[in-house]
Order: sequence, then structure tokens, then C-alpha cells
Amino acid sequence: MPFIPHTESDVREMLAAIGAPSIDALFEEIPAALRIKSLAGIPEALTEMEIGRLMQQRAARDGKPLNFLGAGAYEHHIPAAVWAIVTRGEFYSAYTPYQAEASQGTLQLLYEYQSMMASLTGMQVSNASLYDGASALAEACLMAVRAHRKSRSARILVPANLNPTYLDVARAITEGQNLKFDVLPYEAAGGTLTATSLDAYRGQDITAVVVQQPNFFGLLEDVDAIADWAAANNALLIAVVNPLSLALLKPPGEWGTKGADIVVGDGQPFGVPLSSGGPYFGFMTTRMEHVRQMPGRIIGRTVDLDGKPGFTLTLQAREQHIRRSKATSNICTNQGLLVTAATIHMSLLGAAGLEKVAAASQTQTSALVAALTRIKGVKLAFGGPRFHEAVLQLDREPGAVLEALAQRGIVGGYDLSRQYPELGNALLVCATETRTDEDIAQYARALAEVTK
Amino acid sequence: MQVMKVMQEPLIFTHSRAGRSAAGQYPHAAVCEVPEKFRRKQPAQLPEVSELQAVRHFTRLSQLNFSIDTHFYPLGSCTMKYNPRACNQFAMLPELLGRHPLAPESASQGFLACMFELQEMLKEVTGMKGVSLTPMAGAQGEFAGVAMMRAYHRARGDLERTEIIVPDAAHGTNPATATMCGCTVVEIPSLPNGDVDVEALKQALGPRTAGIMLTNPSTLGVFERRIQEVAKLVHEAGGLLYYDGANLNAILGKVRPGDMGFDVIHMNLHKTFSTPHGGGGPGSGAVGVGQRLLPFLPIPVVGREGERYRWLDARDIPQTIGRLSAFMGNAGVLLRAYVYMRMLGRTGMQRVAEYAALNANYMLARLQQAGFEPAYPGRRASHEFIITLKRQAKQLNVNAMDFAKRLLDYGFHAPTTYFPLLVPECLLIEPTETEAKEELDGFIEAMVAIQREAEQDPAKVKGAPYTLPVRRLDDVRAAKQLDLTYHRG
Amino acid sequence: MSSIPSNLKYLDSHEWARVESDGTVTVGISDHAQGALGDLVFVEVPEVGRALSKGGAAAVVESVKAASDVYSPVSGEVIANNSDALSATPELVNSDPYGQGWLFKVKPSNAGELGSLLDAKAYEKVVEEAGH
Repeated sequence: MPFIPHTESDVREMLAAIGAPSIDALFEEIPAALRIKSLAGIPEALTEMEIGRLMQQRAARDGKPLNFLGAGAYEHHIPAAVWAIVTRGEFYSAYTPYQAEASQGTLQLLYEYQSMMASLTGMQVSNASLYDGASALAEACLMAVRAHRKSRSARILVPANLNPTYLDVARAITEGQNLKFDVLPYEAAGGTLTATSLDAYRGQDITAVVVQQPNFFGLLEDVDAIADWAAANNALLIAVVNPLSLALLKPPGEWGTKGADIVVGDGQPFGVPLSSGGPYFGFMTTRMEHVRQMPGRIIGRTVDLDGKPGFTLTLQAREQHIRRSKATSNICTNQGLLVTAATIHMSLLGAAGLEKVAAASQTQTSALVAALTRIKGVKLAFGGPRFHEAVLQLDREPGAVLEALAQRGIVGGYDLSRQYPELGNALLVCATETRTDEDIAQYARALAEVTK
Repeated sequence: MQVMKVMQEPLIFTHSRAGRSAAGQYPHAAVCEVPEKFRRKQPAQLPEVSELQAVRHFTRLSQLNFSIDTHFYPLGSCTMKYNPRACNQFAMLPELLGRHPLAPESASQGFLACMFELQEMLKEVTGMKGVSLTPMAGAQGEFAGVAMMRAYHRARGDLERTEIIVPDAAHGTNPATATMCGCTVVEIPSLPNGDVDVEALKQALGPRTAGIMLTNPSTLGVFERRIQEVAKLVHEAGGLLYYDGANLNAILGKVRPGDMGFDVIHMNLHKTFSTPHGGGGPGSGAVGVGQRLLPFLPIPVVGREGERYRWLDARDIPQTIGRLSAFMGNAGVLLRAYVYMRMLGRTGMQRVAEYAALNANYMLARLQQAGFEPAYPGRRASHEFIITLKRQAKQLNVNAMDFAKRLLDYGFHAPTTYFPLLVPECLLIEPTETEAKEELDGFIEAMVAIQREAEQDPAKVKGAPYTLPVRRLDDVRAAKQLDLTYHRG
Repeated sequence: MSSIPSNLKYLDSHEWARVESDGTVTVGISDHAQGALGDLVFVEVPEVGRALSKGGAAAVVESVKAASDVYSPVSGEVIANNSDALSATPELVNSDPYGQGWLFKVKPSNAGELGSLLDAKAYEKVVEEAGH
């Protein structure tokens, strides 16, 4: 029997100890009318060999296209050591570290992770992760409402050039809690926010302002000015960031004179494969003054009975298993295994290595933009400084172009035309350090062909 | 007694030396084009270590953990069963790892086929009409479930229905979720025999009832015998029934939530379908719904048209409660669950509940024979059961936490302690079907030995553990003198 | 046996109230309550100026394993709180629940409410019953 070790004599002895005539008798408390005989709709079991063959066939069917798509999930090199360690059973098959003495490995790693994320974002404290970047933003909005006691409006300003899925998720998750999201337009020519769009809200009760750096179009926002606007208008500032970009860019803790209040994002660029969208992990860092409003698990360093240093879950009284209906969030698990990957990844690369990855991604994106805009009918939408994504405008609908590229083994980008009709036939493209000059040339040749 | 090698590993930052690196991991040098005003001035405080130092550090950290692969881990309500390695390997085929979540459907048919078939299999084992795989954890599945219940009432113009009934034995996430969805919680008691108090339920039901959240078998380790009556009462009052799938392992292939009358269910794929717990995640909390809630499923869902699979989004499901994740949830976890279900197959799935119940009832019987007190005597255990140590606490001043910590010295992960809250000094024990009889016997012997120690030398038990990397930690200091990050110097 | 001063009034949810000579009411949690919670690690008190209603959640006391709401024994406006002392040393609630561990002071808007509070004898019964 797959995964079940019992021999016939085991079963006999165990039933005798129970005093039950059969295994079936163990289910006698279930009303007979409800019992089912079999699961007709489930296929018969496959052996490991058979399921292996099936999965390889399915995987091969999708192949390995050359990827120029980002939009919130980025293909980076993952050092071989990362997943070799992550999949060790002691990390892979452990659970939430409720028994701290038997979980010091996971707990210490999470403390190291919190330290790295706090430093990277320029904030004082980090939690041990949330589900993903989008849900982390939702939690940040709820947290801002709790943390900003003076604001009564629960009104959150959200830029139109925020990843649109993040806003969808924030709306869905906060739906029962009466938050109001006001969408801030971006400046049409530059693709970034300006003080003018914010000034419409001057003097009003705003709980928080959200800004994404780099924004969904890959462009760099003038975050110092936005942070100062938020501070001057008594609104908290929620920063949504790509953690890799922070190897190059000013950390949110240093934006403007006061810095951001809550920083969130998706940790996927750190050692987590694309894997169809998950599991990734969301991160959240904040100022010490808001720590009790922060959702999710938090690890603290303390000492044991003998005075020896050790690590434990702390501030648990905020959490669902104690506060129940008054908890800061219903969140229970974090994304521990992915945080394990990210912590190993950050340790291997260090600040210098991450900076090189970020700079190489930026350089390759510039090379990609240069190569593609040489093609007739393709132009760059926004000229301002960017990280590793860019908006291109085509002379025809992006959907059909992307489909034709897919036939040639290229995932060519993200079709912006449905969510941003004002941009016309716009396509969001991305290159990371994993795209070589030859990859870029191949994309350019294919795009020239399909738009001929 | 199994003695774990006592060891400690310094923080990775203490291995750090300026200029040291794992240079083989970098790309070739590139010029940074970021204008000065956007630039970072000081590098982040990340470690500067060699590849070997990093590998050794994290390998050593891993060795400080208990895990399923190294220890019996009978953590009640968490279903810590073996995570087959094949599930990991086949979910990590290079093409599957490299697939971008927004890749065109034409280049995703293999992946989508797995997801569609997973949806179909989950419908079959739960008796529901539709499944969405997108919730990223049990708590998110719960959120989706309650949000769908709310959306259903609202779509009918029934705006007053905002009360969620929750038994006192429920997981803490249930009331937390109800609050998160803007509902109020009405708690009802359990009877001394572990069943829901139907009289109290009748009192609680009314025109404001949105629904009830139930776990069945309950967190008390017993099957809710009057479930049909409960379902009838709730439906007659205009409410819906939510099934918390935390304990689905107990009934897999024996009885289905859909047949019991539930309208919506979340499944913890990391429990019942054996995807790894990963030190606290990732989980996966797929939701299933009956006919009435089909229009409200969270998106995206995988649909099939002829031989082609495609994503269904808000254009297909206009009344959806929306998106809960940036893409489609924890796809890699879902692939592991898919492989597991295919390897179990039709009969293998029924064996899960059978042997989980056999192991739990065997342990309960043996512990009872050894003098331990079951919280619900005379009831069959589901896949887990509760013993209460209130006698030991009173007579010997040795409580459930002391037993739990001493078990660690004997090489067993502790059961769940102090949950459910309504049973004093409780241990909630869930062996799962993948443990062999010898392992269960070893645990029972350890419990008997600890009982003897508690009688002869209670201080010894109260001081445990002794053989782990640390002894009991000062939680008060941890919460008062917050030390949440390392600072150099 | 926990201490229950006879000059105070109580709620059955374990808050105490002391009517001061100027008519204001000082509020804290009882010795029994602090003992049941264990070492406190955090106390959240209401801001000065906040309007409270009798029986409404006003403060939160938190130990490592539990967090409890503290209910106001009377309606009225918060005129002072003890956050200066308690934010650094929440353990004052453990060591001196009726003195330095006070939580907040209220200017009652309805003095009649004071009559419905428990006296020490009645509260002692509540504590005894909780012990069973």
C-alpha cells in the first residue's frame, strides 16, 4: 500500500487492542446514510514510474520558451545550493515552530531573514513573511487603518500605475472592512505620479498613500516627493517594492525626510522559481512603533533557562490562535520554505552580488528596448529612468503578436491594452541578467518577422 | 533515550568578512544606469560569506530542527504525514519551474491539464460542484468561503445576514476570518460528549444568520453525529454551512462534506494531500462549493473547452469574490498535491482515512490502558484524539506543556498542546496513517515513562527538555525586550 | 487568595473602579485577573479624550499567551492614562494592580452607573466561583 506501513499482523494486533472487529467499525459513528462505498470519479493509482512519465510528458508539452515577461514575476538565476538545502527534509517537512526547542533551525533562519529584510528596506522590523506581494499589500492597508489612530476615513490613495492585480487583491481581501480606495492618475507623458494628482487630496483625511517603486511600467517614481507629501498630509506611506531593485535603489526607510511607514512586496526575485505564480512569499517591514499592528509571525531572540541565547515566536497575542475574532489578521501559516530559499539566496549573493544582478538586469532591459525599438512600428512609451521593465507601443494589437511569438518559442511580454486602454497597443517587456545578447537578438528577429 | 547532539550555530552575520563573497553566483559586471537621486547610498547589511560557509551554516541550522523526515510528529490538527519525495521531484521539473504565470495558454496546456484534473478530483472527494485552487493557505480558503457566503446573501438582497455561528471548539482562524469578512461571531458551546449543542444552535439561528462554520470531525477528535440535523436547521433558517477541511484526512473516501449538506469547504492540501509544511508554509487552501455558491468562486479557475484548457476570469464568473493572489495561488504546492492524489488513486485515498483512524484509535486505546484520561471517553477517535492531563497537573503539578517538552527529550515531537481551549491540560494527538506501529508503541512507552518520572521526580519533567539545542526559552523577555533583528557592532 | 480591597468597586469581568474625591473614576484590573494572565508584556490604554461607554472595550492587557480586553466600568471621557509608566514597565500591573498599575481615569457622564458595580464581597464570590 503506497505510504502505509501496516502489515496484516499489525492490523490484527491493533484492532485487538482497540477491541474493534474491523477497520470499518471505527467509522460506526458516521450515519450510515452518509457513508460512501467508493470514489468512482478518481482514477486508479499510478506507480511512481508512471506518474513520473506523465508529468514529464505534460512538462515537455509546455516546453521551455524564452521569457521576456515580468509583470510581478521575474526569471533570475538561482544558485544550485539554494534548493539543495531548501529541500532537506529538516526544513521541507517541519512545521510552524510552535515547539521552539525543536525548531531552532527554522527560528534562527527566520531571525536572520528578518534582519536582512529590515536592512534591505531600511526599516526597523520585519515579519516572517506573508503569502505573496499582492496579499501583503492588502494586509498593509488593513494594518495602516489600525496603526493610524488619528485618521478615521480608512481611505487609501492608490496609484493607477500600481500592479493592477495587487489592487484587485487588496480590494477583494479588504472587502468586508469598509476601506475606500481612490485611484491616483499617473502623468500621461511620463508614466509616473506627480504632485498635482496628489494635491487634489490636500487637507483631506487620508489614512495611507501607496506607491510602487519601480512602478508597474518599470519606471522610477520620485518617491522622496511622494513620501514628503504623505508626511505633510498626515497619511501613512505604504511602499510596494521589488526587493532586488533595492540593491541599487534608495531603501523606503530613507524616502523623503521621514521614510515609508510600511514596506511590502513579493520576495520571488530572491531564489524562488517562476513556477506558474507560486508559491512565492510576501514580505513586510515597518517601524518599531507599528510592530504590534503588523500581521503574521514574528521571531524574537531571547535566552533559555540556562541563559543561553535562543529564538522563539513572539508577540503571539496578536495572532488568531489567541485573539480569535480580535486578531490582527486570520493569517496562520507564512511561506517559510520560500523564505528559507530567499535567506540562502541573499547570503550567497550578498549586497554586492545582488547589486550586480540588478544592474545586469537593467542593462539587458536597455539592450532589449534598443533592439526592439529599431523595428518599424515599435516605440518606447516612456523615456524616464527605469529598472528592468519597459512599456513598448506597437502598431497593432499586442494579443495577436504575443500569440505569434509564442508559436516561435518566445514569451514576449505582458499585454497592457486591456487594463490600460489609454496606452494603446502597449506591451510591457522585461529582461533580467539571465537574458543574453543572443536571446535579445532572437526576440528582435522574431518580432520583426511577426510584425512584418 | 535518544539523545540529540547538542549544538549551536552562530548567526550567519558572524561569519561575514568584508569583501568575502560567493562570486560564482554573480553575473559579469554591469554598469548601473540609475541616476544619482534614486541611488542607494549604503549597501544593505547582508552577509559576506563564501559558498561553503553559507552551505555549512544553513545545513547546520537544518539539523537543529525536528521534522517528519527525522521524527514522529503527532501534532494534532496538522496532519504531519510523510511527504512523498516523488511529489517534490515531479513538481520541480525544469519546465514547470520555469513556466511564467502569465505565459500564453497555448504554451501552458500541460500545466493547465494537471490543474483541471486536480479540480475534478477535489470535487469528487468532497462531493462539491466547483473548485477554485487559488487560496494560498487554509486561512485564505476560509476567507474565500465566508466571503462567498456573504456574497450569496447580498446577491439575494438579504443584507441582514452578517452573523457567523462558530462552535467554541473551532480553530482560532474561524472567528478571525468571520471578523475579517465584516461579520460578527456568535459562539455556541459543545456538549460534554463533544457534539455541538443543538439546542444552543437553535437559539443562535435567526434572520441574521449568514451561516455556520464547522469542522467535522471536530477539533475534539470526534465525528459530529447530528450533522444532518444541524444542516437541516441551518438551511431552514436561511443560513449556509461552511466546512473547515482541517480534518478531512479523517474521512477521505468514507463520507463527503457535500453529502453531509455543506455548501462550501476549504481543503488544507498541506494536510490531507501531503504537501510539505516547509517550516510553516507554503500551504494551500483550495475551496469547493455547492451549486448555490458556484457564481462566486475566487478567480482564476481552470476551464475546459473541448480538448483545450483555459483560465476562467471575471468575464466568465462575473459575480466572483475576486482575486486572492497575484497569479493563481501556490501552483507548485498544487502540483505536489496532484502527484500525490494520482499516486494514491481511488482505493489509496480510502485507505488514508482507514489507517489514520486505525492508528489514532490504537494509540487512544493503549494510552487509556496505561492510565491516561481521554477527554471524550466512549467515543471513537477520528484521525486524532485528546487526552487531558488535568489530574497530573493537580496532583503532581506536572502539566501538559511539561509532558510535551519532556517528549522532545525522548525523540518525539510534541502533540498539539492547549488546543482546543475548552479541554483543560490537553494533548491533541494525530499520528497519521503513514506511521508504523513500532513508532506508535515507542511514543506510548515514552508517555508511560514520563508519567513515572512525573510521579517520582516531577522537577525533572518540569525542567525538560535537556537534550535539545536550547532549554525552555524566556518568552516574557522575548515579548518585552523585543530583539527582532541583528545589528552589527 | 488574591487581594480584594474593600474600598473599590468591581465588574465581574475583573476590572476595579475607585471613585476619587473629585468624582473621577480610576480603573485597573484586579489582583485575581493579573494572576490569571501571568506576566504582562504589553498594556494598551485609551487615549485622553476618548469617550467610553460602560461595559465597552477600553484597554488591552497582553501576556505571552493571552490578550484580554479591559472593559470600562462607567461611561465617560478619559481624562488621564498610565501609559508613561506602563509602556516601559507593564509588570507594574502584576506587582501593584491597585496602585502603580492603574490603567486610566474617567470623568463619568452618568454617576448613577456606579451603583450597579459589585462591591468587594460580591466580587469575592465571582472570584471564588471562577476557581471551581
